[in-house]
Amino acid sequence: MSDPTTPLLEVRDLVTAFDTDAGQVRAVDGVSFVVPKGKTLGIVGESGCGKSVTALSINRLLPKPMGKILAGQVMFEGQDLTKLSPEHMLKIRGARIGMIFQEPMTALNPLHRIGRQLSEIFLLHKTKDPREALAMSVEMLRLVGIPSPEIRVSEYPHQLSGGMRQRVVIAIALACKPALVIADEPTTALDVTIQAQILELMKNLQREMGMSIVLITHDLGVIAEVCDEVVVMYAGRIAERGPVLEIFENPKHPYTRGLLQSIPRLDSPRKVKLNTIEGMVPGLLDLPTGCRFQNRCPHKIARCAEVQPPVESVGEHHDVACHRWRELSPLEVRS
Amino acid sequence: MSEKSADQPGLPLLEIRQLKMYFPVKGGVFMTAKAQCKAVDGVSLVIRAGETLGLVGESGCGKSTLGKCIVRLNQPTSGEILFDGADLAKLSRSEMKPHRRNIQMIFQDPADSLNSRHTVGNILEEPFIVHGIGNEAERRARVSELLRTVGLPAGAAERFPFEFSGGQRQRIGIARAIALNPRLVVCDEPVSALDVSIQSQVLNLMLDLQRELKLSYLFIAHDLAVVKHISDRIVVMYLGHVVETASAEEIYRSPRHPYTRALISAIPVPNPRKHRDRIILQGDVPSPINPPSGCPFHTRCPHVQERCRVEKPALRTVATTAGIEQQVACHLDL
Repeated sequence: MSDPTTPLLEVRDLVTAFDTDAGQVRAVDGVSFVVPKGKTLGIVGESGCGKSVTALSINRLLPKPMGKILAGQVMFEGQDLTKLSPEHMLKIRGARIGMIFQEPMTALNPLHRIGRQLSEIFLLHKTKDPREALAMSVEMLRLVGIPSPEIRVSEYPHQLSGGMRQRVVIAIALACKPALVIADEPTTALDVTIQAQILELMKNLQREMGMSIVLITHDLGVIAEVCDEVVVMYAGRIAERGPVLEIFENPKHPYTRGLLQSIPRLDSPRKVKLNTIEGMVPGLLDLPTGCRFQNRCPHKIARCAEVQPPVESVGEHHDVACHRWRELSPLEVRS
Repeated sequence: MSEKSADQPGLPLLEIRQLKMYFPVKGGVFMTAKAQCKAVDGVSLVIRAGETLGLVGESGCGKSTLGKCIVRLNQPTSGEILFDGADLAKLSRSEMKPHRRNIQMIFQDPADSLNSRHTVGNILEEPFIVHGIGNEAERRARVSELLRTVGLPAGAAERFPFEFSGGQRQRIGIARAIALNPRLVVCDEPVSALDVSIQSQVLNLMLDLQRELKLSYLFIAHDLAVVKHISDRIVVMYLGHVVETASAEEIYRSPRHPYTRALISAIPVPNPRKHRDRIILQGDVPSPINPPSGCPFHTRCPHVQERCRVEKPALRTVATTAGIEQQVACHLDL
């Protein structure tokens, strides 16, 4: 806290594995990144790339007993979260780190009133008086833009719309003014006009409260819209990371480039063939040696199948894990 | 195939007139209908031969219900669906059957829409059996041809749907839909469940198939960038009503309805330098069980006036670009 240049969160060489019937799989395999204070870091990648598992590892919410952190550190406010006792983690989760999930209907308990679910977190971390906790809950709902919060506290989740429910989840995540909020696909289940409301709300709250956000999404539009830094993950590893402008305008990894080129854009010509990334992600049980993107990469050489590409620095804060990034010509990115 | 060549590109293939689909909302001790959910409330539109008509709107706007009415998975409450000289809305099951081979459907989640107990070969053979086409050897030959067309290995016929990835499963769903050479394919969110890198593969396949087989698509989706990419014309729905229709280019270049404007402005643009001033709509979509009076959009409209609260605006033509009309249901000239 004392040194403003120390990042709020630093994940170092994180390895998270799951025990399955077919053996142990490493869902996250040597991932490192830094979240500066008050900034938003986006983690983007396809289903199964390990982005959600990274979030659960930070929060120590991995399903037990299958999931465990095998190696690495999660440095948060000067301590390594991977070393903390479960009891100590309870004091951090909810209080210092808030979590927003994709599907607000499953994140909320359908049997409890909104007020009770919000009060719970105040009773755990802030006050012993239930009436005070309820008053705090009403205030929190007002902050996230829920109309007539004093009535809403006594309603159940099913009485709220999807957008309102997500506001409640955000209220719970921000209740104790955490230093870090981890949002796992917070707007994926919502319609675009509601998504715009929620993203705007998160940006405003960040401006007011100064928290850092780790935003996990598969939507490059959302990343461009709200993130300062981006981590691109592929099959459990980092493909590329850097400031958002660098990633979108000077992408170095063939996967990042493929993603950016394959999305249809509003201002691109209609009915023409989209660029594609051929093939599909390898299963975590039969990963190739060397680069994990090799079977889909248009720039593959023999070395890609033999040696895992190291994470190399492209420029300030911009890193890439590709043997051939120096040889690739600049990418023409459409506006 | 002979009747297919009769489809002149640009001529109406299917026309929907004043279609209404009301679902009863049941409640109370005797589960009597207490109210009606007006999922589709007086929609008229035309799908032309060889075109892709995009249908966009938020969840609950009635776009999927409309698609299901066309393939008669829903029995419409009233209105007409004119296709091939018949009104599909009024046909019985047996009368509908000969039309089914001409109108097929692709669903959002191929994991749900493919029978997990059948091999891919059986799934793809079934349309031919149902319509009594070919003998066993001919059907098998057609199945391997279909697999090749959608880019799957011939060995896929012996395997089960769960052995495939999401993108491959959607290819199976597409193969089944095109098996009988349909004229119209209703695609309900066909790429929404897929990852970005797979989405573009499937969209390319759909574009190829449309050119090769002269298909018409009704493409239902909530992702406007995807819809714009694949569509010739676009219809925007809100709360069971059509609020705007125009060519795909025009609807993005100059949207006229305040809802269309908000919808387009809400799309996150994958370009960090483009931070536009958003139109952020207040509130949520009202319930179709108790829709607002007058214009369905008036509760969220930034331009709302007194008239909007009482009088429902009719769809009117505001411009014609390259022979395609732009129609808007709004009292105001924006």
